[in-house]
Amino acid sequence: MVAYIVRRMLATIPVMAVVAVFVFFLLRLAPGDPAAIIAGEDATGEAIAAVRAKLGLDRPVLEQFGVWLYGLVQGDFGTSIFSNLPVGRLIAQRIEPTLALTVSTLLVAVCLAIPLGVLAAWRAGRWADRVVMVFVVMGFALPGFLVGYVLIYVFSIKLGWLPVQGYRPISEGFLPFAESLVLPSLTLGIAYMALIARITRASMLEVLSQDYIRTANSKGLETRRVLMLHALRNASVPIVTVIGIGVALLISGVVITETVFNIPGLGRLTVDAVLKRDYPIVQGLIIVFAGAKVLVNLLIDISYVFLDPRIRY
Amino acid sequence: MSAVIEDVTASRPSSLEALGHALRRNPTIFIGATLLALLVIMAAVAPWITADPFRLSPINRLRPPSERWWFGTDQFGRDVFARTIHGARVSLVIGLSVAFISSVLGLAIGLVCGYFRAVDAVVMRVMDGLMAIPSILLAIALITLTRPGLGIVIVAIVIPELPRIARVVRSVVLSIRSQPFIESAVSGGTGDGMLLVRHILPNTLAPLIVQSTYVCASAMLIEAGLSFLGAGVPPEIPSWGNIIAQGRTFFQIAPWSILIPGAFLALTVLAVNMLGDGLRDRLDPRLARRM
Repeated sequence: MVAYIVRRMLATIPVMAVVAVFVFFLLRLAPGDPAAIIAGEDATGEAIAAVRAKLGLDRPVLEQFGVWLYGLVQGDFGTSIFSNLPVGRLIAQRIEPTLALTVSTLLVAVCLAIPLGVLAAWRAGRWADRVVMVFVVMGFALPGFLVGYVLIYVFSIKLGWLPVQGYRPISEGFLPFAESLVLPSLTLGIAYMALIARITRASMLEVLSQDYIRTANSKGLETRRVLMLHALRNASVPIVTVIGIGVALLISGVVITETVFNIPGLGRLTVDAVLKRDYPIVQGLIIVFAGAKVLVNLLIDISYVFLDPRIRY
Repeated sequence: MSAVIEDVTASRPSSLEALGHALRRNPTIFIGATLLALLVIMAAVAPWITADPFRLSPINRLRPPSERWWFGTDQFGRDVFARTIHGARVSLVIGLSVAFISSVLGLAIGLVCGYFRAVDAVVMRVMDGLMAIPSILLAIALITLTRPGLGIVIVAIVIPELPRIARVVRSVVLSIRSQPFIESAVSGGTGDGMLLVRHILPNTLAPLIVQSTYVCASAMLIEAGLSFLGAGVPPEIPSWGNIIAQGRTFFQIAPWSILIPGAFLALTVLAVNMLGDGLRDRLDPRLARRM
């Protein structure tokens, strides 16, 4: 088991290496002259040359790559073109709201979607199942910003229950913090919930058709016990897998959700960097986001060992 | 994408009947296809059924939906109905182009990787790396470095979607390769090229079509997301993402310029997804469980 965990951890290295090589060479292989595009429409030759020097584009490619990678493994993400601040520090400053948003979304989504999926499987073919499935189909089709604006319109503008936009750090008290996260978490979580509910339903349906469930039912166990203890436990591996896969949805969605709700997190940092064409920031953010995704998948793979002792590695 | 469907029918005549049968038997496909057809027609005739989507009319700014402006007007007095209907063109063009390009490239990569094991190890590591980057960020990175345009948006969405197609095709190739009919073809002296094109390729088409509908839907959502963030098609093009982005400032007084194009986007994605789900259940029931 330890060997499996170590092997699995080592397997993340080539993935992250591809990510690093990709974001590095994207700048070098982009069509046209990226330095001129970054410097802006009416930049002088000197300004373009300055950007080029700042990005290191005036040195040999392999030397640039060596310097960049050496810095990266030491945690140096480079320097922002516009503010001249280290990218690592800019990211660290903005990480709290994003972390709060993704973690609360994860919790909300898992706590709502798994019971929905169980309910749909238990009442398969009845109206409760239909309602859940309609939600699932809609969840995949609704764009995040539409959900966000509809929620703001209904709950903030019309009903006045929740703040319209903005983020309150937890240091300002738990209630304002939680209130500022309700609508963003629902917005960010809708596609994720649809994904988890669908897999939970499918996996539960398969388990519920097995003999031991019939035995458990016929010996008079409470339905709730059969569903939650006997069935869900055995249906858990695909569910956990999809919770991991879906983290990608959360990370992509963060950028849009933070823009809709004016949350000053990594997503906003990304958008601001794109509008200013500050490539070093974009580069650093991609590595951080990809790293987060790889880390979550690693944890999921390790959790299989504990979830299903039958799996041998 | 329609070209891919024709391919199936060309290589296997019986599929045409199967497809027709599927349309009649499966309501999901029927509803999805009908909705999509209506949207395509709407986009095609847009210039003849709407007013000029670019015409500014400062006197009529932020008018609510009425008989004169069905979907209201935006902060420049532009007709939201005209802009929304024209926006369908951008979404459909991007969705279909991304689906088509990534299907063709993903098919080639998947076939080669599934069949030639030496290539597989390297290419699939690259695909794993690309898949680790959230698609919208990958597209954003590319767009940061280039001049805005429709073409670059398509390329920026194809790159992150490509691995999804390649993986599906590859997994089908791997499972087909070990089947007895391939073994018998090999022992009969069939060469690699012939084997790939005649025996393996046709078996990958059903899952490929299904996957490409999902790619089409996801491409439309990514495009709208990119335009919404100001990193998509140039702001002067009335795409749904751009209309929504420009309506943001006035959302509280003129919610229609966000909610209506958003609803159209959701409807289009829904239609494509329904088509995909229906085709999946119909063409390959085993795939339904694998996904």
